[in-house]
Amino acid sequence: MLGKLTLSAIPYDVPILVGTFIGVAVIGIAVLAAVTYFKKWGYLWREWLTTVDHKKLAVMYIILGLVMLVRGFADAVMMRTQLALAYAGNPGYLPPHHYDQVFSAHGTIMIFFMAMVIMQALFNFVVPLQIGARDVAFPLINSISFYMTLVSAILINISLFIGEFSNVGWLGYPPVSELQFNPGVGVDYYIWSVQISGIGTLLTGMNFLTTIVKLRAPGMKWMQIPVFTWTTFFSCIMILTTFPVLTVSMALLALDRYLGMHFFTNDGGGSVMLYLNLIWSWGHPEVYILILPAFGVFSEIAATFSGKPLFGYASMVFATGVITILGSIVWVHHFFTMGAGADVNTFFGIMTMFIAVPTGVKIFNWLFTMYKGRVRFEGPMNWIVGFMITFSIGGMTGVMMAMPAADWVIHNSLFLVAHFHNVIIGGVFFGYVAGISYWFPKAFGFKLRDVWGKWAFRFWFVGFYLSFIPLYAVGLEGMTRRMNHYDNPNWHPWLLVACVGVFVLAAGVCCQVIQFVFGAIDAVTKKPDALDLTGDNWGSGRTLEWSIPSPVPHYNFARLPVIRGLDTFHIEKELGRPAPVGELEPIHMPKYSAVGPILGVFALVIGFALVWHIWWAVIVALLGAFVTVVHRSANLDVDFYVPVEEIRADEEAFAQRLAAAKAAE
Amino acid sequence: MSYDANHAPSAHHDEHEQHGTETTMFGFWVYLMTDCIIFGTLFAVFATLCHQFAGGPTGKELFDLKNVEIETAILLLSSITYGFALINAHAKKKGAVLVWLLLTFILGVSFVCLEISEFSELVAHGAGPDKSAFLSSFFALVGTHGLHVTIGLIWMVVLFFQVLGRQGLGSRMMTKLTCLSLFWHFLDIVWICVFSFVYLGSVV
Amino acid sequence: MKRLWRFLPALPALMLSGCTVDLLQPRGPIGEGNRDMMVLEFAVMMCVVVPVCIATLVFAWKYRASNTKAEYLRNWSHSNKIEVFIWGVPVAIIIFLSVVNYWSTHYYDPYKPISQEMLDKAGAPNAKPLHVEVVSLDWKWLFIYPDLGIATINELDVPTKTPLDFRITSDSVMTSFFIPQLGSQIYSMAGMETQLHLMANVPGNYQGEAAQYTGPGFSDMRFRTIAMPDEQFQAWVQNVRAGDNAFAAKEGLNAQTYPQYAAPPAVSHEEAPKPAPVTYFSSVQSDLFENIVAKYNNGKVRAEDGKVMDMNSMDMHSSTDAAAPSHTGM
Repeated sequence: MLGKLTLSAIPYDVPILVGTFIGVAVIGIAVLAAVTYFKKWGYLWREWLTTVDHKKLAVMYIILGLVMLVRGFADAVMMRTQLALAYAGNPGYLPPHHYDQVFSAHGTIMIFFMAMVIMQALFNFVVPLQIGARDVAFPLINSISFYMTLVSAILINISLFIGEFSNVGWLGYPPVSELQFNPGVGVDYYIWSVQISGIGTLLTGMNFLTTIVKLRAPGMKWMQIPVFTWTTFFSCIMILTTFPVLTVSMALLALDRYLGMHFFTNDGGGSVMLYLNLIWSWGHPEVYILILPAFGVFSEIAATFSGKPLFGYASMVFATGVITILGSIVWVHHFFTMGAGADVNTFFGIMTMFIAVPTGVKIFNWLFTMYKGRVRFEGPMNWIVGFMITFSIGGMTGVMMAMPAADWVIHNSLFLVAHFHNVIIGGVFFGYVAGISYWFPKAFGFKLRDVWGKWAFRFWFVGFYLSFIPLYAVGLEGMTRRMNHYDNPNWHPWLLVACVGVFVLAAGVCCQVIQFVFGAIDAVTKKPDALDLTGDNWGSGRTLEWSIPSPVPHYNFARLPVIRGLDTFHIEKELGRPAPVGELEPIHMPKYSAVGPILGVFALVIGFALVWHIWWAVIVALLGAFVTVVHRSANLDVDFYVPVEEIRADEEAFAQRLAAAKAAE
Repeated sequence: MSYDANHAPSAHHDEHEQHGTETTMFGFWVYLMTDCIIFGTLFAVFATLCHQFAGGPTGKELFDLKNVEIETAILLLSSITYGFALINAHAKKKGAVLVWLLLTFILGVSFVCLEISEFSELVAHGAGPDKSAFLSSFFALVGTHGLHVTIGLIWMVVLFFQVLGRQGLGSRMMTKLTCLSLFWHFLDIVWICVFSFVYLGSVV
Repeated sequence: MKRLWRFLPALPALMLSGCTVDLLQPRGPIGEGNRDMMVLEFAVMMCVVVPVCIATLVFAWKYRASNTKAEYLRNWSHSNKIEVFIWGVPVAIIIFLSVVNYWSTHYYDPYKPISQEMLDKAGAPNAKPLHVEVVSLDWKWLFIYPDLGIATINELDVPTKTPLDFRITSDSVMTSFFIPQLGSQIYSMAGMETQLHLMANVPGNYQGEAAQYTGPGFSDMRFRTIAMPDEQFQAWVQNVRAGDNAFAAKEGLNAQTYPQYAAPPAVSHEEAPKPAPVTYFSSVQSDLFENIVAKYNNGKVRAEDGKVMDMNSMDMHSSTDAAAPSHTGM
């Protein structure tokens, strides 16, 4: 009846997990009780859970991403403390069985459920506003994307308390992930949560590519698209070309494990090298999928806070395109040590090095955006300065690893771990955090307290170097990644420093939490100087999203904007903002729909049932999903018109706020 | 922010449909391209593993080209019949659309049946997907195609009843029919690749 | 900003203050090559990274909003001169590094025997290579010396100034064979043979490790690499052959005794599996390595001359069938 699932699958004998479970349960019950007490279930369902509004989906993505950040960060703290302790005969407090799941979960969560999630939040919130669209191309599919991401994140967290998680790292290399060596359910949890979230990401990619191509405001030419949208465009192209490959790799690994096939097994003619090629031909573009939108964020922020247009817009767009192409033909640099011929290794090594060119160009572009500007160091701008320094160092170690003759000794070492954290924390994460604080007032209509943002940055910046410079050092001392304990006396002091570093980072995370808490307090108490009345919160916004009220009305633009060139809003401010012309018209909008959450529930059941081989539940949930889709397809009542009176009222209120703000100056 | 969209009056379907159709078709094309990459990857996997027989049977020993040729003919024919369905849909001839769809459906089902019988014969002769990497990649590739055809058939049934029902041949329905048409022709192209590379390639 | 200034000069100091930095203090020509490449790239890249970091801080300071004396070009966003510079400089650097990349990838190719140039430099122009066959197991390393007819587990003894020709395979999951102070690593994969060529110039006791995660016993999947002068090495070989030492196994290593040594240790959720003890085998079946490769290839192995040999005569399958090692211990 329940497949492989029995009571013994619940790890009640592991104190860390029991403690975590109690913590999660207490918080969960408190949240549910609060929602019930304030009678907010109806509101939550009607306004949030069934929403197809890209802005609300963005908020839900952000919340999910930040919760997962905390989860992944807790894993990081456990790893660093384990390695600070587990020296010279001391086994530490995490036996390999547990420790291996921790590092696998850390990588999987940070990439799929933190970075990818926050990235999709930024896509969702920013892109339609920047191109003057009222929603994305397929609003319902957008909601389904979110629910696929959400349920896969839930699935991966279920593995904490029912069964176990994968113990073979974030990419699940076979043959150690094959049934022969890994008969537990951990790898299955990994496969299905990655698979479901991959579907969500793929749908997001399609949706946003179509949105950018088809829904730009009338008259917006390609070379007038804001840089963040450009980076989203290229990122979507890479999602669309590479996520299918991930889907196939995961499916084939699942076929090996479930049906005894021989794609990647030791015997039967399977090939491990095939898996490495497949997974990295997704995995390497994946890091560019993540970093390009971060580059976009930095481009927007650099221009806004320098009071100047972005330097070299065209070369920035071109460089992004070059990265997209080069990023797709370098995957072999993840296994120069496989024994490929020298010519193959040289080709991929040189291609990898060449990525440094467009990336370097981008760094110079931001540099010359600051040059002869009026740079204001508000929260978001701090991150970009930290980024440019940190990312340059990370880029340098990346080029070092691109040379096979050097990579042969630093491959799989902690030097590598330090390198990719250097670019992912210093690039992707700094970028996303900057993006969140940059667009936060636009989403909610009030500012976060800048001082806590700055402290968060300081802790993250210093904490990063404290945590990862030691890892470069132990990497050079020959320490490989994923070790659980060691007895090399040279490594110990470095790992102690890294452990201190992770607690400095924790202080940064605390500052970010405090920043949000204070933000919420300011919003509830309507603190006057926290409110954003004009919509142009930073005073120097250049792109369309700053021309509309904060928070943004559900239909985004009362009138579709007239594009006047690159940085339309900046041009309008220079010329004096024109009075709205022409009659207002009713706006055609999609209705909210329960299809997303319902499909989400079915997907969760399918994932969980596949993990535990509960076949009847898989079939029932598949049928349920099918009926849901058919029912939706027969539903003709899916959209409505926003009445003119409502739009006019909003527009007049905004005009009054703008006039009041002008008078106050 | 808290606009109650669920209780607003329904929109009328007029000039927005045209714009919507174009966007939907573009989105569907993008989807087909990702599907194309899925098949491309599976072909690459097959190309890598097609000589890993692990002591088991080879393609030459297993494949019955006659059966495959019949399958090919049926699938190509079904593309033509679907084409007629679409032509009649544009001419707003509801009855003809239904007949051609039914014909396409019958052809599709016979294709799937033939494929299932081929698979079960292979398994019965001890050449199942767990025998060797070659057979794993064969079953994965051809099976994925078969799965797509099956999904296409289910989709066709749904559209059949929707055409029959109150959706008729309105512009929303036309978009759906066109999407399925693209999907169906796409599967044809994939099958031609399967036929040439997998079957012919293994036998020759 | 002050914090940045204080911190940056400390970075190189931090990086250089370790005691023995294996990769920067290699003990053989391949490791020296790896190190030279790293140092060269570091130096070249520093020529860009340092100016960029300095420029970032200088621009950020000079053009801060409160410094109203600084020039402000509010609409300036393009300059052909700067564009040429920012594309040109990285392209030039990368072209230079690409040339080095091409040369070094071929010169230090792990599949290429130790070059005469390296032998001359080590002062042993006529040294004959020592063949070692390496098998990664759960969670230990088996070293077979086919020419000497001996084998060891978890200890690799080699003569100095002698080219070491490794053939590597796995009889379990994939991992990577790595001796940091000697240089390059190469994956070991079941059913496949990879090659690696190293040389130790200086006697010493070096760490050897599995550089790719292999399961719960991964952290202890290590071996000592003991490099010694040739006379000492010959004495060690005699000692192993004689079988009267603390590490000697009771019997020789052959198809019958192999499965018991290859079997994984007991695994539990509560603690790491016990590391395998160092073991010396006074004799070894000459085609054991070929058999280990063959058992994943339907009993066939491709010989160096391209001919396919059938190794089916031996039954080596006991460790992959019923008694399959289970890493999670479930």
